[in-house]
Amino acid sequence: MINSNEIIDDIANKEYEFGFSTDIEMDIAPPGLNEDIIRFISAKKNEPEWLLEWRLKGFAAFKKMEFPKWQHFEMPKLDLQALSYYAAPRKKKQLNSLDEVDPELLATFAKLGIPLNEQKALTGVAVDAVFDSVSVATTFKGKLKEMGVIFCSFGEAVQEHPDLVKKYLGSVVPHTDNIFAALNAAVFSDGSFVYIPKGVRCPMELSTYFRINAQNTGQFERTLIIADDNSYVSYLEGCTAPMRDENQLHAAVVELIALEQAEIKYSTVQNWYPGDKDGKGGIYNFVTKRGICKGAASKISWTQVETGSAITWKYPSVILQGDHSEGEFYSVAVVRNKQIADTGTKIHHIGKGTKSRIISKGISAGRGDNSYRGLVSVGPRADNARNFTQCDSLLIGNQCGSHTFPYIESRNKTAMIEHEATTSKIGEDQIFYLNQRGIDSEKAVALIVNGYVKEVLNQLPMEFAVEAQKLLSITLEGSVG
Amino acid sequence: MLTIKNLHAEVEGKKILKGINLEINKGEMHAIMGPNGSGKSSLASVLAGRDNYTVTEGEVWFNGKNLLDMAPEERAREGVFLAFQYPVEIPGVSNLNFLKTALNEIRAYKGLPALEAREFLKLTKEKQQLVDFHSNLMNRSLNEGFSGGEKKRNEIFQLAMLDPQLAILDETDSGLDIDALRIVSNGVNKLRDAEKSFVVITHYQRLLEYIIPDFVHVLYNGRIIKTGTKELALELEERGYDWLKEELHLKESV
Repeated sequence: MINSNEIIDDIANKEYEFGFSTDIEMDIAPPGLNEDIIRFISAKKNEPEWLLEWRLKGFAAFKKMEFPKWQHFEMPKLDLQALSYYAAPRKKKQLNSLDEVDPELLATFAKLGIPLNEQKALTGVAVDAVFDSVSVATTFKGKLKEMGVIFCSFGEAVQEHPDLVKKYLGSVVPHTDNIFAALNAAVFSDGSFVYIPKGVRCPMELSTYFRINAQNTGQFERTLIIADDNSYVSYLEGCTAPMRDENQLHAAVVELIALEQAEIKYSTVQNWYPGDKDGKGGIYNFVTKRGICKGAASKISWTQVETGSAITWKYPSVILQGDHSEGEFYSVAVVRNKQIADTGTKIHHIGKGTKSRIISKGISAGRGDNSYRGLVSVGPRADNARNFTQCDSLLIGNQCGSHTFPYIESRNKTAMIEHEATTSKIGEDQIFYLNQRGIDSEKAVALIVNGYVKEVLNQLPMEFAVEAQKLLSITLEGSVG
Repeated sequence: MLTIKNLHAEVEGKKILKGINLEINKGEMHAIMGPNGSGKSSLASVLAGRDNYTVTEGEVWFNGKNLLDMAPEERAREGVFLAFQYPVEIPGVSNLNFLKTALNEIRAYKGLPALEAREFLKLTKEKQQLVDFHSNLMNRSLNEGFSGGEKKRNEIFQLAMLDPQLAILDETDSGLDIDALRIVSNGVNKLRDAEKSFVVITHYQRLLEYIIPDFVHVLYNGRIIKTGTKELALELEERGYDWLKEELHLKESV
């Protein structure tokens, strides 16, 4: 019989499945962060003058800022000068179709289970694949175009739809928002752009798949999604990275804009390399995600399943500006080994009759440390605003940590805010009970954890829910306490 | 089917079982009685493989296989079932999903394919009726918010579903009112057959009025000190355990 300590140690040794790297010819800029590199990036991407200026403003803001100190973990030392800010698979010429994409790249995505080949794609999910800094392929473009849906790389949007980009870029997350957002504004590489026209219900899931491959690079992509009046879109994001001994920085920015009665559903399954059992290596996932419900009766819903990264530090937020608009945040964050998560959401109730719902499920195993941090604010104009927050923590083993930092600020007497929180532990009794019914310990943990996170996984589109469920089982394999 | 030879076990250095010998054949119903702290529930835990018990001496053979070498889930898949004295609650995991997982794990072990949803539901319905288990408890989280009686009935329902060869009922009667006791006992009686054996651990003779044992063993201080038939249970009910203890001390002092 295996005792629980051995089993706990086991998960630590569980290998990261996506830790391979791809050997491919790359254009990599020399390390260093300065105006020259920003100009280089902007020139490489053939950007208009206004965008370069915006980048430079971001850089100026960045230089004046310091790293925050309020987080519930020790800020790692980041040598931003040692990073390279541009890495791209070398292209022989402009790509016209998927057939011209480097087969090595296609093979990499195939290995990751990302179907880039439209003919073979069964799931009806349109994918934009971002390899290091550059979007390499976007599928189903033609079909989407028929409906007026724009789904392309950010770089392409800058060229093809400059007015939309100019109008909305930085309108939700300004270049001065925080130090990582400022850095992103200065050096952002690529990312995805989505525009759903008035009255269109996007017929398929849109998905971006991020892959960091190159060494000593950071990944700074930007996603901008605009849902015009009465439109709907569901957007998915997935990510992996090779195993490397040094930490890699991922500082992305996501901006969502929902106009009148529009709905945006944004789902993330985050599985960046988490580092090894001693906490060596892994991705620093310092991301700014924010959406604004600009129009009346609009809705934004964030769902995240966070299992990877050495440090996950993000608060996907919603500004409820339109009257009767609605914001949701569903989260599962898993930490094990020496992973750290400090995540949660911010919901700002500004409009009348705005509603929000927060369901957060933290799971801590090994020596992982999990914090939920959330803000619910209600402004003076937000009559009859409603919020419900449920914040649960599940502990596996006795070396992990779990913390909750809820902030509530209400400046309106008619607001109703509810907060519920629980902490529980997977007990040896529960495991033994399941063992006694023929279920081994790993399956037992998976069963309990999946039961625990069901409410959140139910929010994910079907294929992703299945993937997330598998991912959780793999991530927690052997973690019994 | 089950042979226990000179079984010694301890918990945190404290000797609990001090040489148990017991032979159980197919189709037999054995009752184990004894005063508090005599080691009844410990015996159940050791047989099921709870890991805070250390076996220091002795052997346990189940259908010719060394039971003590097996992990708890293997024992379960081989056909050893423990109806818990205190069934745990597992929030978020539905009774149905749990049972389906358990059943299919056991089937996979035996080289059988997983049951299809329809067959599974059919089986569920059939067994529910057999042991009089409320169908509205099926979709609830496993034992969460169940009353004491509902939890015990759920144990018997699981027993019916998983169809083990050996069922150990650890004080299944404790905390049951007289009606629930009758329902649970009826369920057990319906499950009795020539292939299945039972070990019923109880404090009280009351249960044995409903479930008639073939053998009654008295466990005291980690050993079986007397074995008899159902009449022994009646005698215990009347006279308590003291006369047995005295008998034992007399024997030991000679």
